[in-house]
Amino acid sequence: MSEYSVIISNISKSYGDVSAVKNISVNIKKGELFGLIGPDGGGKTTLIRILTTLLKTDTGNATVEGFDILKEYKKIRQIIGYMPGRFSLYQDLTVEENLSFFASVFGTTIEKNYALIKDIYSHIEPFKKRKAGDLSGGMKQKLALSCALIHKPKVLFLDEPTTGVDAVSRKEFWEMLKNLQQYQITIIVSTPYMDEAGLCDRVALMQQGKILSIDSPLNISKQFNKTLFSVKTENKFKLLTDLRNYENMNSVNAFGQYIHYTDLSNSNETNKLEEYLKVKNHTVIKIKKINPTIEDCFIELMKQ
Amino acid sequence: MRTILTIIQKEFIQIFRNKTMLPIIFIVPVVQLLVLVYAANLEMKSIDLVVIDNDISSVSSKLISKFKGSPFFKVRSSISLKDAENEMKKEDADVIMLIPQNFEKKLITENASEIQLLFNAINGTTASISNVYCRMIISGFNQDIILNSGNLYPELATFETINIENSYWYNPKLDYKIYMSSGILVILVTVISMFLSGINLVREKEIGTIEQINVTPIKKYHFIIGKLIPFLIIALFELAFGLVIAKLVFSLPILGSLWLLFGVAAIFLITTLGLGLFMSTIAQTQQQVMFIAFFFMLVFILMSGIFTPTESMPDWAQKVNYINPIAWFMRVIRMILLKGSGFAQIKKEILILTVYGISVLSMAVWRYRKTS
Repeated sequence: MSEYSVIISNISKSYGDVSAVKNISVNIKKGELFGLIGPDGGGKTTLIRILTTLLKTDTGNATVEGFDILKEYKKIRQIIGYMPGRFSLYQDLTVEENLSFFASVFGTTIEKNYALIKDIYSHIEPFKKRKAGDLSGGMKQKLALSCALIHKPKVLFLDEPTTGVDAVSRKEFWEMLKNLQQYQITIIVSTPYMDEAGLCDRVALMQQGKILSIDSPLNISKQFNKTLFSVKTENKFKLLTDLRNYENMNSVNAFGQYIHYTDLSNSNETNKLEEYLKVKNHTVIKIKKINPTIEDCFIELMKQ
Repeated sequence: MRTILTIIQKEFIQIFRNKTMLPIIFIVPVVQLLVLVYAANLEMKSIDLVVIDNDISSVSSKLISKFKGSPFFKVRSSISLKDAENEMKKEDADVIMLIPQNFEKKLITENASEIQLLFNAINGTTASISNVYCRMIISGFNQDIILNSGNLYPELATFETINIENSYWYNPKLDYKIYMSSGILVILVTVISMFLSGINLVREKEIGTIEQINVTPIKKYHFIIGKLIPFLIIALFELAFGLVIAKLVFSLPILGSLWLLFGVAAIFLITTLGLGLFMSTIAQTQQQVMFIAFFFMLVFILMSGIFTPTESMPDWAQKVNYINPIAWFMRVIRMILLKGSGFAQIKKEILILTVYGISVLSMAVWRYRKTS
């Protein structure tokens, strides 16, 4: 048995003239929590749909747990769990009915694999007689995850599971995923949120159907070879335009209240910049050297 | 097998949880049978006849009294043709009968006379039926004259009159309600089966649940059969429910075997259910399915022979009807219920319906893809 759970080699897929996935190759290890990070339209969903055997590739091939996605798709469907981006359970069935339906479709029962879903399902078990359509967003997501896990899959695919879910539920959800790793389940999750990337074992940064970089979040951050400053003054909008017009400017990006800035000199020196901002009538100037986040790296990579 | 049962169970939970479904299942057959059978009345009971009698003779008044004596006509008289025409323009008159001057005189001297009949043919069917009724009365009147004039013209009285005795088989009283209600039963099961099955599968597409189903090991035929059986059961239940109502309200005769009827119905329903499923594999939204189903349904129903016999349709229409499953089932249901036909008499129809069922269903299974 190979150490890889999913092997993707040179996969391409286009819808008419638009190519959604361009020549992607990735190997994902067994038991790994692998993140597909990137903006909307980056090809994340297409890639997941290909691996879950819902879409056929134009060229290239892939295997999931050793099974060919084109020839042995029936075997793959037995061993994967899939949680689509859109809530896809029966809204008019109750929580319990949904779960037992999917259990028996996979030829198993809730009781058999209860241990696996216990941590997740226990949150919604008090509402098991409620219709799935009447659940809150966070609870729907937990139900969907329970249904995707009920047959103890070897590989779990999650397509933007945290989109439209509140911050607390998102954090909870990631903790659940981390917990699942103890069962040796390979988890492939896509997300547009950069802050979630840091929680994965490895991430692939995807944009316009291409993978810009694959590595652990830490190593990706290390790839950032410029000195990064976080800048703040009382007038954020003016600061943004002034920084962009600064002669030494290399990159300027807004990050919430702060502006992340790198310059061409790449030194730790901030005096010159501070002078410049004072000339431009900025007050309450705060400049701080910071460690780059995944998002900084991603923006940097996107430019190249 | 267990998978199919799981799907069937799931479907039934969903169907009975749907608040609009139960009223549809129970109210639709009652309303369709009661309203349509009474409303789609093919009998003419009150034809408005306006008479302009310019002759005012004993013969003309005899003719008018013949019309007055008929249960089909409401007779009024008018002075001028113009007044009568105005009434027809206002839709108050269906037929105008103009009796010219010297009507009686001509009849006696020239042995022949004429009257003019004007029909309001906005509705061609009404006009032609009125025409037939008028002719029947007038020809009866003719015979009376010939017979009565025997003493005046002995040579005419020697004519042998042929008496025609009609006997209407399978519907002796010519009760159109029996004919209609058996037809409405067919419409009922067709509508229920085609719409419900069509909408159901496409709903899974619309809501996105199909996405989750497609990554499971459920096989295509599991899914299709699991979807089909619940609606087959509901449609057969509808047929039984409709039969009970028709029996109670219209005393619909049930001469043939009910087992045979439900057997053929099940075969027929596989076709309509399959069509519904097939449409939903092509369409993306419930709205699209509704329109496609409505189109087919309208054509199939109007050509099925529910109102007019298929044999009187033009040649091409009869050929088109070969591919109209509703027309075949319409024949069969009337043959079994009204004539008491057995298996031997409807072998051909059963064979054709079976061929349909198998081909439509395999088309639906073939079109349904789990991978795009």
